[in-house]
Amino acid sequence: MTTTTRYLIRNARILGGEPTDLLLAHGRIDAIGPDLPADGAEVVDAAGAIALPGLVDLHTHLREPGREDAETVATGSRAAAMGGYTAVFAMANTDPVADTAGVVEQVWRLGRDAGYCDVHPVGAVTVGLKGERLAELGAMADSPAKVRVFSDDGMCVSDAQLMRRALEYVKAFDGVIAQHAQEPRLTEGAQMNEGVVSDRLGLAGWPAVAEEAIIARDCLLAEHVGSRLHVCHVSTKGSVQIIRWAKSRGCDVTAEVTPHHLLLTDELAESYDPVYKVNPPLRTAEDVEALREGLADGTIDIVATDHAPHPSEAKETEWNQAAMGMIGLETALSVVQHTMVDTGLLDWAGVAQRMSATPARIGRLTDQGRPIAVGEPANLTLYDPTATRVIDPATMVSKSRNTPFAGMTLPGRVLATFLRGVPTVLDGKIQ
Amino acid sequence: MHAHNHAGGERPDQRRAVLEGPEISRALTRIAHEILERTKGGHDLTLLGIRTGGVPLAQRLAERIERVEQRPVPWGALDITMYRDDLRLAPARALGSTDIPPEGVDGRTVVLVDDVLFSGRTVRAALDALNDLGRPRAVQLAVLVDRGHRELPIRADYVGKNLPTSLRESVTVLLEELHGRDAVLIGPAKPRPGAPESAAATPGGAR
Amino acid sequence: MQHLLSAGDLTRDEALLILDTARELSQVSERSVKKLPTLRGRTVVNLFYEDSTRTRISFEAAAKRMSADVINFSARGSSVSKGESLKDTALTLQAMGADGVVIRHSAPGAARRLADWVDGVVINAGDGTHEHPTQALLDAYTMRERLGRVEGLRVAIVGDIRHSRVARSNVLLLTTLGAEVTLVAPPTLLPVSVDTWPCAVSYDLDEVLPKSDVVMMLRVQAERMHSSFFPSAREYSRRYGLDADRLARMADHAIVMHPGPMVRGMEISAEVADSARSTVTEQVTNGVSVRMAVLYLLLGGAIHRPGNQGEPR
Repeated sequence: MTTTTRYLIRNARILGGEPTDLLLAHGRIDAIGPDLPADGAEVVDAAGAIALPGLVDLHTHLREPGREDAETVATGSRAAAMGGYTAVFAMANTDPVADTAGVVEQVWRLGRDAGYCDVHPVGAVTVGLKGERLAELGAMADSPAKVRVFSDDGMCVSDAQLMRRALEYVKAFDGVIAQHAQEPRLTEGAQMNEGVVSDRLGLAGWPAVAEEAIIARDCLLAEHVGSRLHVCHVSTKGSVQIIRWAKSRGCDVTAEVTPHHLLLTDELAESYDPVYKVNPPLRTAEDVEALREGLADGTIDIVATDHAPHPSEAKETEWNQAAMGMIGLETALSVVQHTMVDTGLLDWAGVAQRMSATPARIGRLTDQGRPIAVGEPANLTLYDPTATRVIDPATMVSKSRNTPFAGMTLPGRVLATFLRGVPTVLDGKIQ
Repeated sequence: MHAHNHAGGERPDQRRAVLEGPEISRALTRIAHEILERTKGGHDLTLLGIRTGGVPLAQRLAERIERVEQRPVPWGALDITMYRDDLRLAPARALGSTDIPPEGVDGRTVVLVDDVLFSGRTVRAALDALNDLGRPRAVQLAVLVDRGHRELPIRADYVGKNLPTSLRESVTVLLEELHGRDAVLIGPAKPRPGAPESAAATPGGAR
Repeated sequence: MQHLLSAGDLTRDEALLILDTARELSQVSERSVKKLPTLRGRTVVNLFYEDSTRTRISFEAAAKRMSADVINFSARGSSVSKGESLKDTALTLQAMGADGVVIRHSAPGAARRLADWVDGVVINAGDGTHEHPTQALLDAYTMRERLGRVEGLRVAIVGDIRHSRVARSNVLLLTTLGAEVTLVAPPTLLPVSVDTWPCAVSYDLDEVLPKSDVVMMLRVQAERMHSSFFPSAREYSRRYGLDADRLARMADHAIVMHPGPMVRGMEISAEVADSARSTVTEQVTNGVSVRMAVLYLLLGGAIHRPGNQGEPR
């Protein structure tokens, strides 16, 4: 890899527009236009593929430090590149927890060393994710990792007073609290969405109200103290309605939805295969419908993967002993095409907004999620929406195999990913 | 769970009757007399029909003996499904009921009754089943048709008709009580051993 | 039918075949030789992750009466307590050539998971709060013996429906067999989506009792009280316990069932438990016949294995 190589991308359709050429040089987009001269540059034939700004994932679990058997910063960022991502936010629930400047700086350096995408650590809101007292949020913000997103993801900051303080405190450095909305008492031992299927399967229910109650409370809190709030992995119809209402009141709230919640439903638990076990759980078809609508109309701002790798022994077990979570970096764009683009709910500009520009803005990144224009950083994804592929866990670049899409035929394929002008993926292969 | 092999009326064009009602009736009457003679008046006699074809025959024999002797003869039914040696060649099949008359089988002369004697495997299973039910003084065997081709050292004490057959043929016994008509038919054989259908030779089915 | 994982997997004909077969096999228990050679050479493993002496013994007696070789594998003191996963245990059983595995486990779906990992027949002997299909079968069998039929019977199931595998299996099986089921419990002990279940629901035991042919009482664990499912054992017992006064208000022919173990004084009074209307001990007896029938029908013939038609072995 060298930054001095120039790349000429031929016949790419920017955000699905007319085919054109893009010249990448010195980490930036140097020229855009038809029939640009190669002039010694490496030529990449996009053959009509779509050019999107490099994707940004606000919600990734890279597992390092602590669970390197599931994923490392290196393997996870390679998986991200394969999925078309040029930046990811690495969640704080590692071991040790990313609740100090030391740990976030370590993760940040590991990401920089790997070089497949920008890795931005998320800082824990509370010490050890215990929900008892604030972690040193300012120290993490001031560290070289420049943390701006704070989350106890995996755990909910359920204490209302603590949540209020966190929301207020991060205003000092323009941070945001990303809440994992889960009322803990209502979800003790919860295994899957509470409803018809959980009752049939005898699995303890995770009721929608446990998510919605926290979202409602946090929106009101954020409004009260004038802070911004980000809601992780919204999964229910009620949550979408509450967020829509909060936005209409002027609350500075943003929200994300995962690809799996846009496609899959709780019926899949019938097999008792924990590959479908995730938190928040897969919900009903009605919820899926509402999430798609919410993403289309902007109530939900972004798609975030909640990529959650687990080793096989954590999934090849009884349902209630299995770990929660699914990998998603390498399938996210395909699922979004399938659920949002092919259904006519979003165009490619809308996808770029929700998977690149807005997540970068929420995370306060300045050189990611930029428009595809001359002079902008050359963070790009070339994506062929006409391809189809059968998802095969064995071919995943991630260290883990727990994809719920295994065996499904999904549209689209990432042909190339460029990080500041350097290809991390070329011809669909990791570089 | 259970493949039924329906009898009677199956490819009737290819089958010919070798015994009709009156001949069957005469054969049973003769067997009844032979049983009385051989068991010296049949005072401790119990007739057990092997499910399914043997049961009406056991009943008819009991009636004939009763008419001669003017006293009731205990008769019952024996289901040998659980003792078959070919259970694992086909999915598990439904059980018939075993009905042992109140006199039981201990110390009695039990005459097993079946419609067709062929390989002898059914009778072997019946002997095993009987053994688990008690200890008869003696066990004898009465069959309406003996078609030969024994695969075990078993012979009948009373035979309605010896019917020399080839293995390419099948023998079907139809009985009024089960099929609405009395007849013994010979027709082309259906696929045999290994094939689950033939192993499940059901009532009136070809054997 | 390859496995018995859920009572809902049974068609009406299959369920009736099991009940009819059980009836024939019940004779075996009355004979001097209480044994049939049918499963000779078959190996049945009782894989019990939960203590349930009653169910294990019932399956063991059933398998032995059919001449199967029985291996009892209990989680206590085995490699399981040393952290071996269910999957590894399954692979071990597979390697040992188990033809059938009877599994009892605290995790819902454990039987289903096991069936994904072994070639042999899997019989669910209770998987957490999910199902207990052979219990439902023996309950239906008992109703048939006592009342002559299941179709059209009005059956009240009373107690902790939400956490009960017995209730789940019974609702599925009894509905398949044409009974009219009414669930009776405080709202906290009913499933959230009970309105989608194929049965009626009542919060009032006294209203349901006179209209029932069968009253099935479920065990209520005192620990539920601590999670505020109901305020106290006394209050529960007053509202939902079956005592002599309530028994007197039942129809003359109606019977009282309980899957055991009973909590006397909680959901059922000692008087009722020991009355002639109670079928508790018959249920135990019938359990053996029903389990013999299930073992015979699943293991007696050719065992269907994926990619293998029939199997002479």
